[in-house]
Amino acid sequence: MSTPMVGWKDLPMAAIPFLSAREYPTGEWAVFQPKIDESKCVRCGLCWMYCPDSVYRWDGEGVPVPDLDHCKGCGICATECPTKAIEMVRV
Amino acid sequence: MGWSPLIEIRWHGRGGQGVWSGSAVLAYSAIKAGKYAQSFPQFGPERIGGPVTAFNRIDDKPIVDRGPIYEPDIVIVIDPSLLKQRYVPQLLSGLKKGGYFLANSEKSPSELREELKLPEEVHVWTVDATTIALEEIGRASPNTTMLGVLLAATNLLPVEYLEQGILWRWPGTVGERNINALKRAMREARSDPAKEVVSV
Amino acid sequence: MTVQKSVSQTMMALNGDEAVAWAVKQSNVDVVAAYPITPQTIIVERISEFVHNGEVDLEFIKVESEHSALSASWGAALAGARAFTATAANGLALMWEILYITASTRTPVVMAVVNRALSAPINIHNDHSDSMGARDSGWIQLYSEDAQEAYDNTIMAFRIAEEAMLPVMVTLDGFTISHTLQNVSVLPDEVVSSFVGVRKIPRVKLPSIHGDKEVPLMLNPKYPVTFGPLDLFDYYFEHKVQQNEAMKASVPIIERVHREFAEISGRSYEPVHMIPYRTEDADVVLLGLSSTMSVVRKVVDELREEGKKVGAVRLRVFRPFPADMIRRELSGFSTVGVLDRSLSFGAEGGPVFVEVRSALYSSSSKPAVYNYVYGLGGRDLPPKLIKKAFNELLEARGEPGRPVVKYLGVRE
Repeated sequence: MSTPMVGWKDLPMAAIPFLSAREYPTGEWAVFQPKIDESKCVRCGLCWMYCPDSVYRWDGEGVPVPDLDHCKGCGICATECPTKAIEMVRV
Repeated sequence: MGWSPLIEIRWHGRGGQGVWSGSAVLAYSAIKAGKYAQSFPQFGPERIGGPVTAFNRIDDKPIVDRGPIYEPDIVIVIDPSLLKQRYVPQLLSGLKKGGYFLANSEKSPSELREELKLPEEVHVWTVDATTIALEEIGRASPNTTMLGVLLAATNLLPVEYLEQGILWRWPGTVGERNINALKRAMREARSDPAKEVVSV
Repeated sequence: MTVQKSVSQTMMALNGDEAVAWAVKQSNVDVVAAYPITPQTIIVERISEFVHNGEVDLEFIKVESEHSALSASWGAALAGARAFTATAANGLALMWEILYITASTRTPVVMAVVNRALSAPINIHNDHSDSMGARDSGWIQLYSEDAQEAYDNTIMAFRIAEEAMLPVMVTLDGFTISHTLQNVSVLPDEVVSSFVGVRKIPRVKLPSIHGDKEVPLMLNPKYPVTFGPLDLFDYYFEHKVQQNEAMKASVPIIERVHREFAEISGRSYEPVHMIPYRTEDADVVLLGLSSTMSVVRKVVDELREEGKKVGAVRLRVFRPFPADMIRRELSGFSTVGVLDRSLSFGAEGGPVFVEVRSALYSSSSKPAVYNYVYGLGGRDLPPKLIKKAFNELLEARGEPGRPVVKYLGVRE
């Protein structure tokens, strides 16, 4: 992270986060990450709902797409998937 | 009457008899009559039957005193069970010479004065407020009845303002009954004047 | 308080709690979440009656504790609502965690604290141990002298809170104010409504989250913002300094709101933070808070008739503490007495004394400062004891070894 540290005069009020976690590739250290078999996916959205890191992007109709830069590989999506469409594969 | 502009009143009764409400009605009525007034209670944890004191201050200008009243011009005892020798020091505490002792009692003022050895320098007034309250209101809440005695004794405010005050606190039939009790007490209140009236 | 002019107001007979409830009713409040506790109960009762009767359009949230009362008020205010709550004593103690959170997330909740002694032993009567205990939690604190001022302060508190983006505590003495029916001039609904207006939400820039757009500082799904997340040694210190600076920055806001209020109401509390009384040529002044001070002024008048040069100062705003003003106004007196209606266990004197003396220590002419702790658990402070304190203070400066802190009205 190269953002310079800000002094109190330049911080937004109310102690709210003002930087985005987008720049932190928190998925870099994952050992396993999800791979979706689109033929098995029934587009139920459970992986999108359960992901603790909000990694899945989903428009409500198509196959959810994980943002692997931010996936830590916990495997909750694979466990919850009712059709076993998600496989955790070694990175 | 020889009032200094500020009039201080102390009420004695027990929780549930409407001591605080009575003093609130009086303050409300005084404010509606264009005066400045206070009403406040002093009690331990609220409970029915516990001793309760309430206070009124009425003046023509804003009131700066806030604490309990130590030297009242008028003492109102709404609970007859307090009219016993052992409570007298409390009831009379600080009552000014020429002040008023208004009690809810079946006894005549002179009988009460003799029985409780009330000092000669205070005016004593009595009325059987519990009976009046039971007959007129249907409940042993003699607070508004004692306000009738107050008016009879001191003519402190025109009765219309007390009527307004009572209806503010108890709108409708309950209020009307309380007004009847107040007016009956005004008629039935009996007095035994102080021997030497010292202007207060 | 001085009344400058009379405007069309209704003279009502209200006790302090009812006066606060009336102010809330008139101030376009969206959400009230409160839990009843003596001597604050009447506030909650009246507001729920107003809601039940359809006299006010606000959401009344029934909660199971004071911790929840303030949590709900905080959440409502974060979502953009104008929120109010009220408590006393042990109820305030139970809010402790959320007091700090409300202040540090800059949430403009207004709370009436009906001052009552803290347990144990349990006591329902007035002293200032509850709000004084919360003096460092980041809330602005306005201390009221009577029911009229409790009404006025509550209305002003919404403006102050929302402009300073800090929560405000309006205190009123339990029973002495809360349960004392008195004359209260009530402003017309529309006058109060236009004075407080509708809550405006400040906007902030969060470039790396929302780009160049300024987004509202509130919980809003359209522009997500997180309040109160983890903040360690990297930014916590900066956030605290910023919060402290916000407290300082509230001083001119508090003054301006008071002046604007004086214009609509005719009631002026100049010079806002503390009000001197007959101090111009005084040798000794007695400083204190709240309802006690009207009686102190009466005693000042009596002593002045005896030729004694005494005066009184009533502190109205304890947070932010007006240290500069204390130095400016009090450093010229030979002796300053400070009344405290609470103890700070183990400290040298009560909280008001400690801060007043601390402020005066950096003045060039240091007055002698003495402390009187009085009135704990509702013990009355009768005029004769106030007189005794003044007479002692008139002699005190020449007395070497005189104790700095004394109790007034306690049995030895």
